[in-house]
Amino acid sequence: MTDTRTLVIEREIPHPAEKVWRALSQGHLVAEWLLPNDFRPDVGHRFTLRAPPMPQWDGVVHCEVLSVEALKHLSYSWTVGAMETVVTFTLTPTAQGVHLRMEQSGFRPDQDANYKGANYGWQRFLANLEKLVAGLE
Amino acid sequence: MQAAPDALFKALADPTRRLIFEHLCRDGEHTVQMLTTRSTVSQPAISKHLGILKLAGLVRGRHQGRETRYSAQPQALAPLIDWMSHYGAFWHDRLDRLESLLNRMDQ
Repeated sequence: MTDTRTLVIEREIPHPAEKVWRALSQGHLVAEWLLPNDFRPDVGHRFTLRAPPMPQWDGVVHCEVLSVEALKHLSYSWTVGAMETVVTFTLTPTAQGVHLRMEQSGFRPDQDANYKGANYGWQRFLANLEKLVAGLE
Repeated sequence: MQAAPDALFKALADPTRRLIFEHLCRDGEHTVQMLTTRSTVSQPAISKHLGILKLAGLVRGRHQGRETRYSAQPQALAPLIDWMSHYGAFWHDRLDRLESLLNRMDQ
């Protein structure tokens, strides 16, 4: 199956692009909002993001920087086991600050991925469950 | 056995059951007695919660002598989640943290 899906999240952020770019591209700042890492904004740089280990997952996300355009665009691969996706951040200046677009592409809608997703995601899933349940009724 | 999603949602919609499930996920097998000592809820109530979690396939009981030891079956969540919904929640949470960081950063 070659069908893949893409997750897109967009936010209006009332801060200058330069500042948002720093938060996206400096490893110690990335660690504050995303995950502990050894990221550098250099194309070809391989790094890991380290989430807390969970049952059946060591918590490690394997990444490689794919493209960098300062203040505008940052893209890296995001690999967990057999799941290979690409995360891309795009900044567009607005009157109030920037429009941030986060795109994660390459999701395969097959059972294997679903299973791994469940293992990785259950903790956060639980935190969101009440909202999810409320939305279903 | 494939539990129906309704049973999973029902099982996890209760905070005490989520807590029990999280304990079992994090710390491995427990007996009802062990779970009761960690909780403010009575033993019969814990047993009832475990029954609902078992129906949903989230918990498995293993008999050992006169005791039953319960363990979490996180893969039972699989029918409910796929990567998209998981990462949707993940990124919303992380971008909230990004905004909070930006508010704390100097210009």
